[in-house]
Amino acid sequence: MGLMPKIPVAEWVSTATEWITDTFEFLFDFIKEDFGDFIEMFAEDWLMGIPTWLFIVIVGLLAFFVSGKRFGLMAFSVVGLWFIANQELWEELMNTFTLVIFASLISVIIGVPFGIWMAKSRLVERILTPILDFMQTMPAFVYLIPAVAFFSIGMVPGVFASVIFATPPTVRFTNLGIRQVSHELIEASDSFGTTGTQKLFKVQLPMAKKTIMAGINQTVMLALSMVVIASMIGAKGLGQTVITGLQRAEVGTGFVAGLGIVILAIIIDRFTQNLNTQRGD
Amino acid sequence: MPIIQVEDLSKIFGKNPKKATKLLDQGLSKEEILEKTGNTVGVNRASFDVEEGEIFVIMGLSGSGKSTLVRLINRLIEPTEGSVYIDGKDLAKMDKQNLRNVRREKLSMVFQRFALFPHRTVLENAEFGLEVQGIDKSERSKKAKEALELVGLGGYIQQFPGQLSGGMQQRVGLARALANDPEVLLMDEAFSALDPLIRKEMQDELLELQETMKKTILFITHDLDEALRIGDRIALMKDGRIVQIGTPEEILVNPANDYVEKFVEDVDRSKVLTAENIMKRPETVDLEKHGPRTALERMRKEGLSSIYVTDAKRNLHGFVTAEDVSEAAKQEVKDLKGILRTDVPQVQKDTPMKEIFDVIHDAPVPVAVVEDGKIQGIIVRGAVIAALAGSEVNLNGTDA
Repeated sequence: MGLMPKIPVAEWVSTATEWITDTFEFLFDFIKEDFGDFIEMFAEDWLMGIPTWLFIVIVGLLAFFVSGKRFGLMAFSVVGLWFIANQELWEELMNTFTLVIFASLISVIIGVPFGIWMAKSRLVERILTPILDFMQTMPAFVYLIPAVAFFSIGMVPGVFASVIFATPPTVRFTNLGIRQVSHELIEASDSFGTTGTQKLFKVQLPMAKKTIMAGINQTVMLALSMVVIASMIGAKGLGQTVITGLQRAEVGTGFVAGLGIVILAIIIDRFTQNLNTQRGD
Repeated sequence: MPIIQVEDLSKIFGKNPKKATKLLDQGLSKEEILEKTGNTVGVNRASFDVEEGEIFVIMGLSGSGKSTLVRLINRLIEPTEGSVYIDGKDLAKMDKQNLRNVRREKLSMVFQRFALFPHRTVLENAEFGLEVQGIDKSERSKKAKEALELVGLGGYIQQFPGQLSGGMQQRVGLARALANDPEVLLMDEAFSALDPLIRKEMQDELLELQETMKKTILFITHDLDEALRIGDRIALMKDGRIVQIGTPEEILVNPANDYVEKFVEDVDRSKVLTAENIMKRPETVDLEKHGPRTALERMRKEGLSSIYVTDAKRNLHGFVTAEDVSEAAKQEVKDLKGILRTDVPQVQKDTPMKEIFDVIHDAPVPVAVVEDGKIQGIIVRGAVIAALAGSEVNLNGTDA
């Protein structure tokens, strides 16, 4: 051991993070302020502006139609949401929902193009695969540290950490979906003289849609799983209640908030899965 | 000028195609090249022309390079060497934009396993090529519907491919290719995935469509019966090389080498050979000039039990039997009119052997081959059996 002094990796990373923080301060500040305000407005003015009963009715109706006019999902959604409201966790639920929505949206917006790029180029695939592995296996807590450095505390660093953690499935599944399109269909497309863009939008993406949607579903679930972790750096929502329960050793408080997360997870999961039906199946 | 000209077209799969090409030029075989360089020879210096309006069949077993060859022609696979001229322009050297234009306007492909887009309706599938060209919605829908009508799927336009049977799916594939109104149809084992009955039906329909369309069709198959049925000309492939090009009859009757001969051995000849291939020059007597005695004399000389009767222009009038003729000769009758029989068992030059069986089975005399009322030849039972056994076949229909 004595032959080689300890390599100062930790110092390097810290220095790099500091450098990034200082150099892009204007950008981070802008995101923190304006994007933070927007998220807050979305959660507190829009979502919470809707009366609770109306919100539940709307979700119930959507559930009815999304699930192909069946009652199961609708009943579960209505009862589940009513239970959360009954436990006086409605504001927390709206905040959590906001965090999940923004984290998922940003993940998809970033993830799908990268997935396409990865599918079109072997080199990109080779470079991105280990990076994605890294993003997914690094303990999610670690992302909280640079998130705080860049954006201090609150919703925005929560979204940031969630995006890093939740993007990989969308990228992977997009890549996989496009690569899975049968060789013969690609030949058919080429034989009719499609350009790369035509092939992508008329054949590859529609054919990969199901797989991509499965990836997005995973992304949403991962974003939701970050809720508790993100609340450690001040992201509002059900996660915060869980942490409070932990800190005060109140099993009941933690359990009810945890149950709220489970209900939200199931509703979101069934919604995204039901949206994933394809023409010609 | 031929619509497709293929010159010394080669495809080597592997890491060192240049080295393999050199060995190829030295005349080494596929196996030797694989052993020495690790490269696989897909297609080995293929050359042929396809004339406008003909059905040109490329036939070979799996691994013979036929699927590679058809993909070299629309450059789904990049050729290693050689040229493919479509309307005189070398596809192998075109830039991407020009290549796309040729694919859009001149070549359409039909695939073995249909390769329909499952997320598009039948109509949207048929519209695909036109959509890619940027033709507006109403126009392309109209053309696609016409193509679907042509293949008998007018009533299914809103279905998805997954809802159709294999035969119907391939009709969609054919309609999709035809909607573009291409000059050349490339059909890669288009009917091989269909069951035998449907396959035959599709072959018939393709031939029927071809009567009116007069497209140039390059048809790939591993089934010699199919090749013989639909091909105007056939190219036989083995180990990436074209070993023989000819009409179905030329290939059947004059196999270029052992390989082709072996191939041809198993063919059901009764499906391929026609009356013309097995008929003999007929012995006849002239109704105007000849009487019973001449007829009897001629039959005795040739060892016949009956003889066909024509006029000076070789119009067939009937036949007479030896019995009747000798009876008439005894009674000093002067002409053959009284004993002429007119229930002539007859076929035409292009009647396939299969149908000749039925006629010859019930016929008391050799079957007459008749064209426009004139006798062209006769078929005796022995000739049919000989032809089935694979010998004594003449190509031109002249005397054997």
